[in-house]
Amino acid sequence: MAESNLIGQDIVSRDLVAKITGRAKYAEDYRAEGMLFTKLLLSPLPHARVVSIDLSAALAHPGVIAILTADEVPQDEFPFEPCLTNEPRYEGEPILAVAAVDEMTAADAIELIRIEFEPLPFAIDPLDSLRPGGPNATLMGNAYLGREVGEVKWEQSVFDAAGPDGMPMGPTEDEWEFGEGGVEAGFAKADVIVEEVIYSHSATHHPLESRTAMSYWQNGKLYIHCSVQSVAQSRRAIADRLGMPFEDVVFVSEFCGGGFGSKIRGSVTEIIPSLLSKKAGGRPVMMRVTRNEETAFGRARPGMQGWVKMGFRRDGRMTAMDLYLVQDTGSYARQGDTSTAADCASLIYTPETMRFRTVTVLTNTPPRAAQRGPGGAQGVPMLEPVVDRAARQLGMDRLEIRRVNGPTAATRFGRGNTQLTSCYAPEALSRGAEMFNWSERSARSGQRNGSKVTGVGLAFSTYYGGTSGWDGLLVIRPDGKLYIHQGVGNLGTHAVMDTARAAADVLGSDWEDCEVVWGSSSLHLPHSSTSSGSQTTHAHTRANHAVGMAMYGLLQELASLELGGSPSSYAVGNGRVYRIGSPGSGLTFAQAAQRAITRGGKFSGAVLPDDINEMTRNSATALAGQGLIAAAKDTYPHTARTYSFVATFAEVEVDVETGMHRVVEVTTVADCGTVVHPRSLAAQANAGVIQGMGFARSHKWSIDPTWGVHLTKRLEAAKPPTILDGPTQYHFAAVDLPDPQNPVGAKGIGEPPVGAGSGALLCAIEDALGGLYGSHTPMSPDKVLSIYENEGRVASGRLAIHV
Amino acid sequence: MAIVHDVMPAYELFQPTDVESAITLLREHGDGARILGGGMDTWDWLKDRNKRITALVDLGGIPGLQDIKVTADGIEIGAMVPLSVVARNADVVNSYTVLARAAGRVASPQIRNQGTIGGNVNQDVRCWYYRSGWPCYRAGGNICYANTPQSLNREHAILDANRCVAVSPSDTAPALVALDAKMIVQTRRGVREINAADYFLGPATDIRRTTVLKHGEVLTSIRIPKTWSGAQFYFEKVADRKSWDFPLVNVASAIRMEGGSIADARIVVGAVAARPMRLRKVEDAIRGKAADEATAAVAGELAVRGAVPLRLNGYKVPLMRNLVKRAIRGQEA
Repeated sequence: MAESNLIGQDIVSRDLVAKITGRAKYAEDYRAEGMLFTKLLLSPLPHARVVSIDLSAALAHPGVIAILTADEVPQDEFPFEPCLTNEPRYEGEPILAVAAVDEMTAADAIELIRIEFEPLPFAIDPLDSLRPGGPNATLMGNAYLGREVGEVKWEQSVFDAAGPDGMPMGPTEDEWEFGEGGVEAGFAKADVIVEEVIYSHSATHHPLESRTAMSYWQNGKLYIHCSVQSVAQSRRAIADRLGMPFEDVVFVSEFCGGGFGSKIRGSVTEIIPSLLSKKAGGRPVMMRVTRNEETAFGRARPGMQGWVKMGFRRDGRMTAMDLYLVQDTGSYARQGDTSTAADCASLIYTPETMRFRTVTVLTNTPPRAAQRGPGGAQGVPMLEPVVDRAARQLGMDRLEIRRVNGPTAATRFGRGNTQLTSCYAPEALSRGAEMFNWSERSARSGQRNGSKVTGVGLAFSTYYGGTSGWDGLLVIRPDGKLYIHQGVGNLGTHAVMDTARAAADVLGSDWEDCEVVWGSSSLHLPHSSTSSGSQTTHAHTRANHAVGMAMYGLLQELASLELGGSPSSYAVGNGRVYRIGSPGSGLTFAQAAQRAITRGGKFSGAVLPDDINEMTRNSATALAGQGLIAAAKDTYPHTARTYSFVATFAEVEVDVETGMHRVVEVTTVADCGTVVHPRSLAAQANAGVIQGMGFARSHKWSIDPTWGVHLTKRLEAAKPPTILDGPTQYHFAAVDLPDPQNPVGAKGIGEPPVGAGSGALLCAIEDALGGLYGSHTPMSPDKVLSIYENEGRVASGRLAIHV
Repeated sequence: MAIVHDVMPAYELFQPTDVESAITLLREHGDGARILGGGMDTWDWLKDRNKRITALVDLGGIPGLQDIKVTADGIEIGAMVPLSVVARNADVVNSYTVLARAAGRVASPQIRNQGTIGGNVNQDVRCWYYRSGWPCYRAGGNICYANTPQSLNREHAILDANRCVAVSPSDTAPALVALDAKMIVQTRRGVREINAADYFLGPATDIRRTTVLKHGEVLTSIRIPKTWSGAQFYFEKVADRKSWDFPLVNVASAIRMEGGSIADARIVVGAVAARPMRLRKVEDAIRGKAADEATAAVAGELAVRGAVPLRLNGYKVPLMRNLVKRAIRGQEA
């Protein structure tokens, strides 16, 4: 097998040229003959029932072609969202859609619709909903009890005991505990115990590209152009939503302007233009989603209100963690963020004992979804400042306390006593400390220069680093090129290109001789993972390595049949299969493709392995006869859980007269196994840190509690970070040691920088404020100033949500 | 409140080439007509469908409105000069630095290229209830949604509230007031010159308008007299983000020192009331004093006297106090 030439090297991904020159077509850029536009009527109320709709004036409006209502669309049982509804559960939920010759006509028609709502009770704050007599977000109840929704109300005494700024802690629906004797035994062993109210706000994903979609029907097939994170998986999802076989969906999403977890398998609203198009006789319908709409029915990160208690021995070892979290899951599906937050906590601190309790509450606010680092990105910034508080009480260095508790390769962690495939967390912490010059900088903590106080912080973050068992699909065509088919998405991470290189490396191919095939189901793509949860790099270096090996074997076998000798007497590289020791002999890829077509059978794709997925089988079958075809499922061992680790260090200068702060320096080090693409990795890691820091300090989500109406719909008000908000210098390095269960050594890395960035910033601000801790995000200037002036108090209260 | 947003309804666009024609058009089309400067405020309203118009009168094609002229007694800046041009104009930078700094801190680089100085001073308030089209006092209703026990009013007023608690969002307005600028307004009857300090209106005077500008009148330029040329200036804006943000509070000041003490001063604070607040009592109190920490402390305390915080904006009191202190010091700390 050839040596690795491509993995670990920078490349200019070919799709970048299209992006830079503006030739890349995003969903909104497509046009089709006779295309209509649609505008949506969104619910003005947070919870209501549509009593009557009079469409007559709108239908009579010149240029209006069709109107789609909730009665005409699939209405699955709760918690599955319909694309249009007559019982809106949040302000901004789509009620109906008007297709017209242009957007202005559609919008004017919507203003002509007479619609009457019956307002229903609504809940905005989970804690309010848990009070005796508090409002329920749905007619079925206010909280998840397993998969079902029921009513959960706590006794008034629970709230009385908590007081105004304390966390009320009633009975929870989900609970686990591990460690000998449980947390009580753990706390009994502790020399220092800290407890704190903790909080993490909800936040819209705000991908730059909204979830626009354009659809039309031709000869019974649905053509859809949309913006999704994952192509193969979204094609299935949209087919399921429409109740049709996925083979009849021609799915195009070559470029995606970001998703951050909000477009993993596309969106339920994407089927609106498909259904409208059907109603309009197959005419194409474009639904351009605006920023207002994206905030409404795009997705958001679940907020959490909670409490934590941690016990430490004098040497800094965590003997117990008791974590209690109320999750705001919004108006539909149950999210797992609080559970993941607990899992991540159990890994980054490996407490000897731990208890976790959670309850997931429904509110009449936009539906939640995974957002980059779901759970971890809330858990890390909530918990790291509390660990710092313990370190201060122990008189211990804050890096040291993380070293003492952090995982190693030998660690078994959490309630499942989980084993890791690899862990170079100690190396990441040490490397980061060295690059950042932690010992010198941390000595500057609290130094005051006029109104500016220096704060230094670090945060340690983790996330799942990959799945396995997906398929790869390769074609060597008579043009001599290696075609690497990829069903993952192209959401800006480069994974669609980078993971393809695992196959190219196995075959010793020049990158110039490879073509990555992606973005449209009409190009025949394999069954691939979703591009989410930091799994793609791991999953598809494995799948592409596996299919690369399969192709290698086919080439050897083909050469043996064509030229004699045993298959093992042949090797592959530089576009040939050749007799070992004689690189100029054998067959070129072009010749091999030609012979494969002639021979048929397993060489041409006519006969395929049994274990590949149906989607891969269909794609390979469609390609059969076009060259030498290899399809394979990743069956490499994956006997433990794969996690990546990130340590971020930050120095800030907090102005205690204004509450503003400046990030002086940020250093991030990742353990993500072998580095696949250095430049892209650094960009991803630093951008994750920016995103996390933005979440921690400015990215708002405000819903008026009296009216249930969202007030941060525009980017101007929601304030995600801009490129001008960060420091000018970011330092990044990777440990770059291989994970033994990935054939190229790689692990995923998309998620953990977010929690590391936000955690490091919050810890640094807390450090500058002499350990005063506000517990409330985003830590905007008003809060920093209030904490400084009022010894930790913030005006809204520590648990006020959606402020 | 519109039921559908983000699509501008149809209207007639006029692009006059002189101010007189613009005024005639505004009169002819009555209340349905609106002036277009850079559009940074206007297009939001129109796209949201929360304000409806029949005619838009674009000032972009009128010669002269985009000029900056050095005059015998100062400088005159056309109302249509982009903020980025104001921020880097050498004469403004050298002699009226506070305005250059303020203009350079407005919103984002892109918005500063598109937005004009006239638009920045004439812009409507940003109260998110009002901007969302809720029928509040300022919109002609009889309630303030931002001032109830549960309202989200972190950004709102601590001074001079009167039914409405929205604040002036402008960064350049406090600087212009501090510079004793004159607003040149052309009307059907001729040209009026209005002191910047008198140009902006609080809700007690008129709850529907933020300036004295009446329908059919056009702000054509802003004259800055030499009075404060080369004085000690200070501008600072506190906001959630470094870029693309409105002020939580901003401060602009001009101080003339003589013999080690403050001969005269202008201290103006923005985003604490519906108009930029010139702090005359503070100015009086510091005249003749050294620009030292003691004076700054007195000024800071005096500045916030009478402030009435709402539920979530109590931080504006120490913030305004501290910014006024820094304006006296002439430096951050």
